[in-house]
Amino acid sequence: MARVLGTSIKRREDPALITGRGKYTDDLKAEGLAHAVIVRSPYAHARIRGIDTSAAAALPGVLAVLTARDVAAAGIPGVVPVGWLLPDLVTPAHPMIAADTVRHVGDAVAVVVAEDRYLARDAADRVAVDYEPLDAVADVVAALEDGAPSVHEEAPGNVAFDWEIGEREPVDAAFASAAHTVELDLRNNRLIPHAIEPRAVLASYDSSTGEMTIHMTSQNPHVHRLLMTLASLGMPEHKVRIVAPEVGGGFGSKIHHYADEAIVGLCSMKLDRPVKWTATRTETNLTDAHGRDHSTRCALALDADGRITGLRVDTAAAMGAYLSTFAPAVPTYLYGTLMSGQYDIPAIHCHVTGVFTHTTPVDAYRGAGRPEATYVVERLMHLAGEATGLGPVEVRRRNFVSPDAFPYQTQVALAYDSGNYGPAMDRALEMIGYEDLRSQQASRRDNGAKQIGIGFSSYIEACGLAPSAVVGSLGAQAGQWESADVRVHPTASVTVYTGSSSHGQGHETTFSQIVADRLGIDPEAVEVIHGDTDLVQFGMGTYGSRSAAVGGSAIARSVDKIIEKGKKIAAHLLEASAEDLEYEDGSFRVAGSPDRSLGLGDVALQAYLAHNYPDDLEPGLSATSFYDPANFTYPFGTHVCVVEVDTETGSIELLRYAAVDDVGNVINPMIVDGQLHGGLAQGIGQALWENAVYDESGQLVSGSLMDYAVPKIHNLIPFELDRTTTPCPHNPLGVKGVGEAGAIASPAAVVNAVVDALAPFGISHIDMPLTPEKVWRAVNS
Amino acid sequence: MTVSIQLEVNGKPVQAAVEPRRLLVHFLREDLGLTGANIGCETSLCGACTVLVDGNAVKSCTMLAAQADGASVTTIEGLAQNGELHPLQEGFWEKHGLQCGYCTPGMILSANYLLAQNPSPDDEEIREGLKGNICRCTGYHNIVEAVKYAAERMS
Repeated sequence: MARVLGTSIKRREDPALITGRGKYTDDLKAEGLAHAVIVRSPYAHARIRGIDTSAAAALPGVLAVLTARDVAAAGIPGVVPVGWLLPDLVTPAHPMIAADTVRHVGDAVAVVVAEDRYLARDAADRVAVDYEPLDAVADVVAALEDGAPSVHEEAPGNVAFDWEIGEREPVDAAFASAAHTVELDLRNNRLIPHAIEPRAVLASYDSSTGEMTIHMTSQNPHVHRLLMTLASLGMPEHKVRIVAPEVGGGFGSKIHHYADEAIVGLCSMKLDRPVKWTATRTETNLTDAHGRDHSTRCALALDADGRITGLRVDTAAAMGAYLSTFAPAVPTYLYGTLMSGQYDIPAIHCHVTGVFTHTTPVDAYRGAGRPEATYVVERLMHLAGEATGLGPVEVRRRNFVSPDAFPYQTQVALAYDSGNYGPAMDRALEMIGYEDLRSQQASRRDNGAKQIGIGFSSYIEACGLAPSAVVGSLGAQAGQWESADVRVHPTASVTVYTGSSSHGQGHETTFSQIVADRLGIDPEAVEVIHGDTDLVQFGMGTYGSRSAAVGGSAIARSVDKIIEKGKKIAAHLLEASAEDLEYEDGSFRVAGSPDRSLGLGDVALQAYLAHNYPDDLEPGLSATSFYDPANFTYPFGTHVCVVEVDTETGSIELLRYAAVDDVGNVINPMIVDGQLHGGLAQGIGQALWENAVYDESGQLVSGSLMDYAVPKIHNLIPFELDRTTTPCPHNPLGVKGVGEAGAIASPAAVVNAVVDALAPFGISHIDMPLTPEKVWRAVNS
Repeated sequence: MTVSIQLEVNGKPVQAAVEPRRLLVHFLREDLGLTGANIGCETSLCGACTVLVDGNAVKSCTMLAAQADGASVTTIEGLAQNGELHPLQEGFWEKHGLQCGYCTPGMILSANYLLAQNPSPDDEEIREGLKGNICRCTGYHNIVEAVKYAAERMS
């Protein structure tokens, strides 16, 4: 049978989705369904003097209007917890519904439930909230200034945490003796994830059983169930079923536990009816956790040969008004630990201050910390290429971790498992036609307004989150393994129950390939079930590019256990020793006796009949695994962006984008390329267009798709992709993960390209997004 | 208060009494159960709700159901004929033109309108023709390929 790993088989998910039959949360109906609308603060910071719900409640068809008082009266915990603790982290309470103070525009103050969606909206407009507006601070730097408005009394100076990694003294020494130093003050712009499906929930409580079923937009239903029951609703975990039906993208925003889903759960409990809430785009933009929002001062020291001797990073990272689910981990353990990039750096120090602001909370968004780290390192490498005269290619090559240095221990905790960075750079240069491009660039330098720029980004990421003991020692309040239950049926078809829940990645296709390849059967004989806490054993979910590396490895483990058991059954039936049995292409064979074999179907049937069966074996042919990896995985690559900058107008045209990525072994190349394409679009979007802008009063100015520029099809170009393959040495599939690579690498590549184009103007940096106005101002200043 | 409307949806006559303010997308999704048209922004910017109204690609989140009185509406559910996928549906499947699928019905119907206007568009014309539809997953690379695939199949 042909290998199915490494094959671009078409996605089994697609027929439902291209015909309109896929069911997303808002598509679902229920008998007696009521609709919720959440009333939100229009102020970034205000005291609630009173709420008058009478006019809303009086509208015919309105079923309930709830406020913080009702949460308190329900006797439930009623809070939204943070799931990652740092030493000395300040953890102010985050109530499901604000009681006396609102802390960002969009903070929930009441909820209206009515028979009809339109009616609920009408009633929400009649909830009268008496606010006393207070001073607000939205900017991460301004929030740290003396006298800045305070977000939480418990957090003096708005500091949520103060964290560092690496050692300061060796870095100071490196700078003191450096031949070259480069430094940079940069902003990493705040982003709004913009999954095209808004968050939605349909909660159905049944008082006769005390059970609640919640269909919701979730990347991790079990984690949502745990947080929802433990911290918000106070229900027994086993009485709540969470189902993620089709989920229309997430990019991190559907990992987190939000107030809104818990509020809708409470409404359903109060009314004993199914209640649905679907966010509007404006609500999505005000409440989905945002990404990035750093202010960073960083510097690199190099010796006379252009070898890096030290890296210093100091970052203020916005947390927003409350600590979202994994927020504290993002600018710390997913950021500071990545500062070595692809380079052998002997001294690194990274200091991060977590900062409360009167804004939407910030949490993991595609890449989560790693794009910010890559941006710091790769912007500095660009400057280092100029300062040393080595140029962007040679300065990187000279500092790459040598291929024989793996496993490579960085100065910032991580130990890279495998890597070979030179070939990805070589291939990227070849694809882009580097020497020709440099000649074209040179010929334009004194010739006209339109300048060409070439930008590089040689990135590393740590993904496949990750060994539980490690993340636990770093403050995670969760394990980071993944689960798989693989069941071979009596007819030798297979059902996989995976804890990794898809929201567009094609898990069903990819995971069926893993099973089919390992068992030597047709992928069509494998069904993949995910996203339902009643059907599937506890699972950690989909984020951090972990599904293939951790979830896929769990499946592979289970298949291996099944094969081992199958060998014992086959050995019994063939009157051979289990040690002498081999499994290949769907058959158990006695080594050296090719005529003595049994198909998987024969063995599976016997496993369930158990008529003629080994005394020491239990019937059945299924296996569950909870796979906890030995390390993170470390995908890497080199991306090259080519732009043309019109120095008269400041406009930027993308000319080429070539990406060479090493994500280890590839299960489905088509899906892997698709993941890269999507990540690239988001990273290029960050570099050129996307920006969550707050005004001084804390209003989100870019709260709609009119003002927040998500890349459209005519903004982008075809992407040129290739791969090198350095398998992950510590998981059974040799895979690393690919979901975030594009978003991690590309912002630096784009900005480096634009800055390269503008080199004749002495421009060394422009903050993202590189709007024509900013470019024009830089050129004309 | 309601207004009564008569229209054709996916080739079938439909008669209904709707609130004057009822949006076409809610009428299709909630009253007719045609949930293929998705709502992504309610402001006609994302295009997830795109349907064909008398052959024109229309964002059904900013059209009233009452305005569709007398019109012929095609949703994604009406695109496949006699159990055969439309070439655009095939193209999106074949070329991995979708990931989460939420924008896909709208994207396919916009592409359908594009190909009706211009049966053999080049890459730039495809990108120009679909700029009213946002996809957050694919980076659009394979959507262009999917539309080209369909154009070839249909020519």
